[in-house]
Amino acid sequence: MLILSCPVCGVTAEETEFQGGGEAHLKRFGPGASEDDFEGYLFMRENPRGVHFERWRHAYGCGKWFHAARCTTTLEVFGIYSAQTTEPPKDLRDKISEKRPNWAWREFE
Amino acid sequence: MSEPITALGGASADNGIATLAEAPLQGMITLRGDLTASAVKKAATSASGTAMPDQGMVTAEKDRALCWMSPDELLLLCPYDAVGETLDRMHKVLAKSHALAVNVSDARAMFRVSGVGGREVMAKLSPVDLAPDQFTPGMFRRTRLAQVPAAFWMPEEEAFHIICFRSQAQYVFDLLTVAAQPGSSVGVYQE
Ligand SMILES: [Zn+2]
Repeated sequence: MLILSCPVCGVTAEETEFQGGGEAHLKRFGPGASEDDFEGYLFMRENPRGVHFERWRHAYGCGKWFHAARCTTTLEVFGIYSAQTTEPPKDLRDKISEKRPNWAWREFE
Repeated sequence: MSEPITALGGASADNGIATLAEAPLQGMITLRGDLTASAVKKAATSASGTAMPDQGMVTAEKDRALCWMSPDELLLLCPYDAVGETLDRMHKVLAKSHALAVNVSDARAMFRVSGVGGREVMAKLSPVDLAPDQFTPGMFRRTRLAQVPAAFWMPEEEAFHIICFRSQAQYVFDLLTVAAQPGSSVGVYQE
């Protein structure tokens, strides 16, 4: 069972109280972008076995969005962090490195 | 004038492991805004007569209460007949603020679950840790009951008050009835 803690209201609950919002930190490519960039933005997604970064919404609770870093095989949640950021915080990346040395995810490692 | 009635006309059931009852008409006002702004705090506390609730908590005084819904939302409970006058007072305090106070009384339904089996009935329906030392009177929790959103708190030991959308009142009452049916006690919280 995936157990998440909402950083906005402090509630810890299993995933059915939340709603998955897909992959985190997508960079938008809009009008004027190359076709490759636009295709990547629209369709290309990570599908890792291991460290993953996602957006979640506390749908049945406070209703707010946040980010979560978790392991897709063990469902361990490495950390949660604010929705108002474009990259995982440094201290969280360090924490993941301690548990999963040499992890890499998109441009982060 | 039309006569205000509750969603289920005061449905109740007491043959199971907990006593279920639809609550009488309850005044509810949603207040959205910056909960750290002084005008918003003043509107909430002066209209309710209670202190501001901490995160995830409810404060109550006589027949009024303030429930913490999210970092930018409170729910004020007051007598059904007092909503108009209470809202007028809040709007005066909030006149120069970016905030919203709205009467949602008729958009909601409210239930009371009481008795020793109450904790178990709630635990069967929501993903909340309802162990007696984990969920206590004074706490306020927005979550789901089976498939619909709901919020609940404990006005006292062995009693829960539940708020849900009015359109889902029958579904919630049916859920509670099944969760409380005779002979369904699991005994997980009894020492
Ligand atoms: Zn939350």
